[in-house]
Amino acid sequence: MPKPHLALVAALLVALGLSHFSDQIDPYHLDVLIGVGINIILAVSLNLVNGYTGQFSLGHAGFMSVGAYFAAAISLFVAPQWLGAEGGSVLQRGLAFAGALLAGGLCAAVAGLLVGVPSLRLKGDYLALVTLGFGEIIRVIFQNVEKFGGALGLNGIPAYTTIFWVIAFGALAVFTVTCLVNSTYGRGFLATHDDEIASESVGLDTTRYKIVAFVVGAFFAGIAGGLYGHFKLTITPTGFDFTKSIEIVVMVILGGMGNTRGVILAAIILTLLPELLRPIAEFRMIIYSLLLIILMIVRPQGLLNFPRRAAKKSPAP
Amino acid sequence: MSEFLQQLLNGLSLGAIYALIALGYTMVYGVLRFINFAHADVFMVGSFIGYYAGKLVPEGTLWGGFSVLLAAMLGCALLGMSIERLAYRPLRGSPTLNVLITAIGVSLLLEYSGQVFFGAAPRTFPPIFPSQNFQFGSLTLSSNQIAVIVVAALLMLALQFIVHRTKIGTAMRAVSLNPRAAQLVGINNDVVISFTFGLGSALAGAGGILYAMNYPSIDPLMGVMPGLKAFVAAILGGIGNIRGAALGGLLLGTVETFVSGSQWSTYKDAIAFGILIIILLFRPAGLLGKFTVEKV
Amino acid sequence: MLSVTDLHVSYGAINALSGISFTIEQGAIVTLIGGNGAGKTTTLRTISGLLRAKTGTVTFLGEDISATAAHQIVARGLCHVPEGRMVFSNLSVDENLAMGAYLQTDAARNARNRDYVFTIFPRLKERLRQTAGTLSGGVQQMLAIGRALMGNPKFLMLDEPSLGIAPRLISTIFEKIVEINRERGITILLVEQNANLALEVSSYAFALETGRIVMHGDSKKLRADPQLKAAYLGG
Repeated sequence: MPKPHLALVAALLVALGLSHFSDQIDPYHLDVLIGVGINIILAVSLNLVNGYTGQFSLGHAGFMSVGAYFAAAISLFVAPQWLGAEGGSVLQRGLAFAGALLAGGLCAAVAGLLVGVPSLRLKGDYLALVTLGFGEIIRVIFQNVEKFGGALGLNGIPAYTTIFWVIAFGALAVFTVTCLVNSTYGRGFLATHDDEIASESVGLDTTRYKIVAFVVGAFFAGIAGGLYGHFKLTITPTGFDFTKSIEIVVMVILGGMGNTRGVILAAIILTLLPELLRPIAEFRMIIYSLLLIILMIVRPQGLLNFPRRAAKKSPAP
Repeated sequence: MSEFLQQLLNGLSLGAIYALIALGYTMVYGVLRFINFAHADVFMVGSFIGYYAGKLVPEGTLWGGFSVLLAAMLGCALLGMSIERLAYRPLRGSPTLNVLITAIGVSLLLEYSGQVFFGAAPRTFPPIFPSQNFQFGSLTLSSNQIAVIVVAALLMLALQFIVHRTKIGTAMRAVSLNPRAAQLVGINNDVVISFTFGLGSALAGAGGILYAMNYPSIDPLMGVMPGLKAFVAAILGGIGNIRGAALGGLLLGTVETFVSGSQWSTYKDAIAFGILIIILLFRPAGLLGKFTVEKV
Repeated sequence: MLSVTDLHVSYGAINALSGISFTIEQGAIVTLIGGNGAGKTTTLRTISGLLRAKTGTVTFLGEDISATAAHQIVARGLCHVPEGRMVFSNLSVDENLAMGAYLQTDAARNARNRDYVFTIFPRLKERLRQTAGTLSGGVQQMLAIGRALMGNPKFLMLDEPSLGIAPRLISTIFEKIVEINRERGITILLVEQNANLALEVSSYAFALETGRIVMHGDSKKLRADPQLKAAYLGG
């Protein structure tokens, strides 16, 4: 079996093992761990878009909210009818949750397609703005849909998210992104990042890579959203605003765009840091923002990135 | 009919504020080709300067109001120039995305420093100008609205004068057209860019005061929405185009006010972004801009 | 007046200039000829401060200007009319000329320079209010030269003034270049692909090939040189 597949199986086994002992883990630690896992999924999936294809999306929280809302709606409105009054067996509940997550992910993927296709003509800061705009529009729409609770959001979502689900989907996200990037197909991602015009001229269909990246990225953002909703048990439209997108972007940049390992590390650090920095919580975002500015000036390739190849010198004007 | 006129008036006074902020985005884009995300927060700082300066002068006087306005403009100009000097200048020549990310960083820094220093809770902006309502038939016009429209119009005229009739203004246009040729006639691009930031930020500072006069609850995150909308206004008019920014701001403010007054009011925030997306997809050069193809 | 010593310039890994040296005497018209990619434009850009040399020095009027910023080099009286003219396309002819005098504070001298520009290029006076971008290539070139003259230069560098210009205007422009040199005593460094024309107006010439000077000498002699003829003058 190739290495990524082995790693996936191993991760799934660890997930099963961990969930078996989860009763013995301190609930606070377990919560932190789940938070870390969800952020890893978000960061790794955004990295596929921002890092590997060199586009810049500022709307990841929008896709996350699509997944969160649809998954929550299924668990709240559809699943109870199937599970019956007693709530069904453990296996049935598991299946219902998996179904809800996948449905949420698929809805997010469709949203990704809807955003991705028209946005492809744009690049750089214009693309960033359009994704930001879409993210905000998605938020306003949820704010206005009665069924989804309007500005109050959805409450009483069943607490289905366990460490097992988080690790399992986290592993799946990393696996998918790794396989996509390492396949011959995926070389196109990197090429699209390095030089779009040159890639086009050798016949690479950059458009397709960008769409695939957008859709897969949105799918996993949706999954992460579903997990988040069934973990926090309450979701509101404002929880998925611009700031949330920025948080994910910071993880990707800190980790080094296009570097999965660095991004995972960054997601872990940036989730744990606020827990450790609780005493100086109000300075957290100040530190983040200073980090961003200094990083771009001193080390734009990211703090945790180690060279993929010799640094490319920018051509003189 | 009179309700229509009333809404139009409200829309224009909101639009005038968007226009003032949009001018800063568009001027900076003109000389540096990037979106200064932090501009919205300079606007916020303008309001806070007004809040603190307002305590030093008697409320409700013309001279007091204008000194507060001037203080905010000066303070913001200094802030904008420092941001450019410290955060953006080291990145001259870097890829656009790096500059964009830095701009986001600066924006977050201002917002969260604001939360630490000013406090996160909203504050009530003092009534710095004399306040009175004027009745024209069934139309109500508050003195604040008049102040907004008059001040914004004067500032835009002043800007028009600076950009088209002064040497530094002509140099600004020269730098935005061709930075290399500008160097070759002896223009120090750094000085011109710094001046542009100062000018744009001063307008944002004035915008901050005018906005706070009409929506007198200010907080460190207050810049985000008007900032994004002003940016949409800049794109709508054609980014880099000064008249376009003014037009875009007025249009957007008017449209938004009419939507707020309709049954679709809860969608008013989505309108701006909808316009943004439609413009970027179908006419990225905006209403008054010329579209240039990116060079290989 | 200007001397360049062992100049090396590179774009990333590509060497554009591999050690060129030359000296230009006051009052001369000197030309750099050579094919595409020979390094002519790079030489001018390095002298005017738009590019930085990896090693080597540029000395102007006895001072090392290798590390001086482009806008400060202009202040010393070294003006560069860039390839492709680079007039400020949205500005009027008038504003373009005003920008040329950006650093000049002597109003009387500016007025004299302006009159001089209108004497040699009367067309600019006729089109004072016209937007520069709407002028024909030839008139834009006149504007670009006029703009540089407004900077009161002692030394003028012209990059491909014949490029993209109607043939009948080319000779006018070259006549004016000679006139500027004679009447104003401005030293001129001219870069041209049209070697015939360049050798005709210049007194001394350097031939550049892939970043090196391969030949230099009196322009008249070079015109007669069979090797140079074969390479640049079409046999």
